[in-house]
Amino acid sequence: MKRIATMLGLALALAACTSGPGGGSPAGPAGGSPTPLIVEGVSTPQSIKDKGKLTCGVKFDVVGFGFRNPTNSQIEGFDADICREIAKELGVEAELIEAVSANRIPFLNERRADLIISTFTINDERKTQIDFSRPYYIAGQSILAKIDNTEINSIEDLNGKNVCSAEGSTSETNVREKAPEAELVLFKTYTEAGQALNDGRCDAVSTDDVILFGLIDAYPDTELKGEPFTTEEYGIGMKKGSTELKALVDQVLADMEEDGRFAQLWEKNIGEYTTKEPELPPAP
Amino acid sequence: MGFPVFDENAHLFGQGYLTTVVLSAGALALSLVIGTVVASARVWGGPIVQSFSRAYVEFFRNTPLLVQLLFIAVLLAPRNLNVTREPIVAALIGLSIYTGAYVTEVVRSGILSVDPRQIEAARSLGLSQVEALRFVVLPQAVRTVIPPLGNLSIALVKNTAIASGIAATELLKVAGIIESRTGLFTPYIAVLVAYWTLTLPLAWVVSRLERRLAFAR
Repeated sequence: MKRIATMLGLALALAACTSGPGGGSPAGPAGGSPTPLIVEGVSTPQSIKDKGKLTCGVKFDVVGFGFRNPTNSQIEGFDADICREIAKELGVEAELIEAVSANRIPFLNERRADLIISTFTINDERKTQIDFSRPYYIAGQSILAKIDNTEINSIEDLNGKNVCSAEGSTSETNVREKAPEAELVLFKTYTEAGQALNDGRCDAVSTDDVILFGLIDAYPDTELKGEPFTTEEYGIGMKKGSTELKALVDQVLADMEEDGRFAQLWEKNIGEYTTKEPELPPAP
Repeated sequence: MGFPVFDENAHLFGQGYLTTVVLSAGALALSLVIGTVVASARVWGGPIVQSFSRAYVEFFRNTPLLVQLLFIAVLLAPRNLNVTREPIVAALIGLSIYTGAYVTEVVRSGILSVDPRQIEAARSLGLSQVEALRFVVLPQAVRTVIPPLGNLSIALVKNTAIASGIAATELLKVAGIIESRTGLFTPYIAVLVAYWTLTLPLAWVVSRLERRLAFAR
């Protein structure tokens, strides 16, 4: 008995030590990032023309926005096509490189990419580090359910239903707040959540519509229900101080909207997934 | 403490702890039933019953628990057998079947540890077959069986963590949720300690029983 007490005491002491200093800011990014490396200068329309190619960082795994087609290795999607339009405007070739979320700002600072068009949400913290174009898409948290499920049409309808999401995500918190009676089933990934929706273990999956596009692609008997209930503006990222480039990018977006290319590329890439009308969000 | 975040997470943690306890206790009870029935079938059943019970034991002891749980969760889902959509129910069933295979072997070895000639002797003294099992075989078999069953129940408590893989909101899943909400790794320490508060008393009971049963023998 005495031995057990000693061991318990030891464990509690251990727990107290590690929880005591209360490690860092909870809101901080996961994982230690290396010291930021910032290469001098910014890309300008002229420097891109001199180089002969426009390098864009896009996602390679987000259906509808930036996705490498496994059959022909082409990069498809709205983000990729916007990059190609800007390159065309500059009269150069478009080079697409993969930029996962954590790489996006480093790629700009290291000047490995001229533009980041990578489902990149505009927020105040990022605005202090880089420049953004005007928004070109408004993403939002949505609800995915089976097409034949007519009971779910809005976030309130999730009360009393099994809702799948990924643990610890903003999406999970939003559902808890807006549909407190929903039964949350939390997986590690949205792929698992999609499987659970498919075999009926949950009634709906809720997260950003852009992630849900990928699930619609995998499970064609599902669709988005109702309007998104949060908003996140996607913008094109540039290195801090890219005044000339930003002016050009904003102009290309406005021109695309004007002559219908914006709507055409929207329909081509994301039209089948979303019920939203093609529309360039107003410049701030 | 008056922090709402702490209160909410503490509440969640408590729910996870309760789920782990219920899952462990429920699966232990069910696996004892399964194990006793299958072991009896294995020892006294006909050749077909024997080979079925043997196949059950060899299958569930020799495949990964996580795979079994995923398989059972999907199999029981509304799209397939439409038995349950609740991860905790699927986990309870899966853990019971898995642990039941081990219990079968333990109970079987307990039964076989008693020399069959003792039954013959009891029968010749005028006891019926059932009485011979009840008063001669069972008391001796229990002695052989209790310590390994204790170890199995400790293993079972630890195995409930695998139910997080099918999204059952038990201790480990709760730790993951709190970790991704707060960015702290302390929930995992709390979870280790929490599992320990369940297994340590079990280990203590097992070692006491072992000592007492060894003395009686």
